[in-house]
Formats: sequence, structure tokens, C-alpha cells
Amino acid sequence: MTRAAPPRRLAELGLSSERVLMKDKEPGSFEREVAELEERLLPTTLEKAVSWAQTKSMWPDTFGLACCAIEMMSIVSARYDIARFGMEAFRASPRQADLLIVSGRVSHKMAAPLRQIYDQMLEPKWVIAMGACASSGGMFNNYAVLQGVDRIVPVDIHVPGCPPRPEALMEGIVRLHEKVRAGVPPAYEFRRVAT
Amino acid sequence: MQNPFEGAKGFAVTLGQIFRKPITQQYPEYKRPVYPRFRGRHRLHRHENGLEKCVGCSLCAAACPSDCIRVVAAENSPGNRVSPGERYARIYEINLSRCIFCGYCELACPFDAITLGNEFELSEYSRDDLIYTKDMLLRPPTKTMPVADRDLYDTPDPVWKRES
Repeated sequence: MTRAAPPRRLAELGLSSERVLMKDKEPGSFEREVAELEERLLPTTLEKAVSWAQTKSMWPDTFGLACCAIEMMSIVSARYDIARFGMEAFRASPRQADLLIVSGRVSHKMAAPLRQIYDQMLEPKWVIAMGACASSGGMFNNYAVLQGVDRIVPVDIHVPGCPPRPEALMEGIVRLHEKVRAGVPPAYEFRRVAT
Repeated sequence: MQNPFEGAKGFAVTLGQIFRKPITQQYPEYKRPVYPRFRGRHRLHRHENGLEKCVGCSLCAAACPSDCIRVVAAENSPGNRVSPGERYARIYEINLSRCIFCGYCELACPFDAITLGNEFELSEYSRDDLIYTKDMLLRPPTKTMPVADRDLYDTPDPVWKRES
């Protein structure tokens, strides 16, 4: 396969001279504009780099509560290897975790430990409500089960399903990465929860 | 007395695994086809003449174990005919954050108006976005999933039983 040679001169691109491009530029204005542009771009590039790094090493916390935990465990197995997204290991300590995957129904008795674990995580931290029970209580609409974990922790992604397939959870993680890379702050900055 | 070859036997397992192909699925790029009867996102259906099959009988809402379906029916009139029956579903909402995808709604439906499709990629940033209205359920899904061959798996004698 041969590729066409790239144009070497501006004339080949349909331009007569560089002066044509910057007709209204006085001497020194180009440098000034570049400095302004750099000033404006540098923090955003830094933020982009930071968010990129956050998506590439977002370690989840071990918080399996019910049958969804089986699917959550299977995404770290060989078939759905989540280390491809940089989530190398599930951390048992919330202080080393960035992502809390609430997998399973949360009883009212478990709500306080869940909130404590969330408070112990270091910022920035994200929460995925995995499955119907964690998102809204699911079919357990009774006195014992918390009707959705977004009552006690701010949730970034809701993944429906009972339980969701491992691919569905991975889609939630991919969408969380998209959100982080787009510069959207974590949910605790803009989503209120009941205290 | 320990057999001196037992360590070598253990390493033979390791060596055998080295030459196997990895089984990791590259999920966002490659999507494994789901089984044809996999129960995913709901769909509402229409007749060929464009009328909705749902007549608003609320049997699906009665059969739902998690009470995630809300049907509000209204009378058909000659000027506004939506379904072939007497009534139609003015509001049909499914709260997918509560749904457990059991398929009882499609069993209960006397007109095959609601079926469960194969789409499972339903994550949302907000809980409110998971309430699917009638317009969303009537439209074809935006994200479609590859489905395995029905002749292989949707038979009384599926292929994994025959060949193993």
C-alpha cells in the first residue's frame, strides 16, 4: 500500500503565503496570544492529565453485600479482567480505595457501616450503586432494607439489573471513566444526601 | 517419604497453562453475544397498522414482584384511537432501577405487548433517568446487543448439551 506524499509547501494546500493567514497581526501579537493560550490551557491540560490518571488507577473497595457481589468478583477474574482498566486489585481498606461498588441490598443495620466506609475513603471518591437493590431497594420494599443507597451516600452511577451481568457493571465503570475524563466532579460535590 | 517428582508435576500444570490462549474478553470493544432468551430491557410492541398492542389492563403491574410498572389507562375514542381494544395505556412507566428482569410481565401480558429484549447496558448517572416511559419503550433500543444464533441455543436440545 502506497501513501500519497504529504504536501510540502503552503501553495500545495491552496495558500499563497503565511502572511495571508495572519493579515491583521502586528509584530509580537502572535507570541502574546500563544502565551495567553498557554496560560489558559495549562491548568486544563493538567486537569486532563489528572483525570486521565484517576481513570487509569481507580481501585475499588471490597464491599460485597449479596448476590451482586458474585458478579462483582467475577469482573476481576480472568474472563472479564478489570485490570485492563487499571483496577488492579480490590482493596479491603477504604483508605486505599477510590471507588465504592455497593453490590447488593443494604439493610438499615448495614447503612451505618456503609456510610462509615464511605467517609473513610480519601477524596476523590466515587460510588457505583450496582443492581436493583442498591439503586432503589429493588423488590425488597420492606422495613428492613434501605430504599436506595443514594439516601446515605452520593451515587455516581446506577447500574440496573438483578444482578447485572459483569459486562453491565463494566459498562457502568466505563461510563464512570467517561464522566471523570469529561471533568465532571464526583457526586459528593453536587448531589445531596439525607443526613 | 515424599515423591521427588511431585514438584515437577505441579510445574507441569503451570507450564501447560502458559501455552493456552488467554480467555479474557475485550469487553467494550468486543461484546460476547447474549443468549437469545436473555432477559434485558423491556420493549413495547405495535401492531402492523401502527396501533399499540397494550390495552392498559395492568396485568403486568399486578404480576410484577417488585412493583416497578405503573400503568394508567384511558378510554379510546374514535378521534383518538391508540390501541385496538377499548382502552389504552395513557401512562406506561417501568422503573428499571427496581426491575429484577424476571419476565413475569411478558408472561402475564395477554396481547404480547411487552417483551424483554436483550439489552443490558443500562447504566445511568441519575436514578431518575432509569424510569423508562412509554415512548422510550416503544422505540427500538439505542444500544443493541449481539445475539447468539437462535437455531443453536433456542431449541429444546441446545448445542452445549449435545456437544458435551
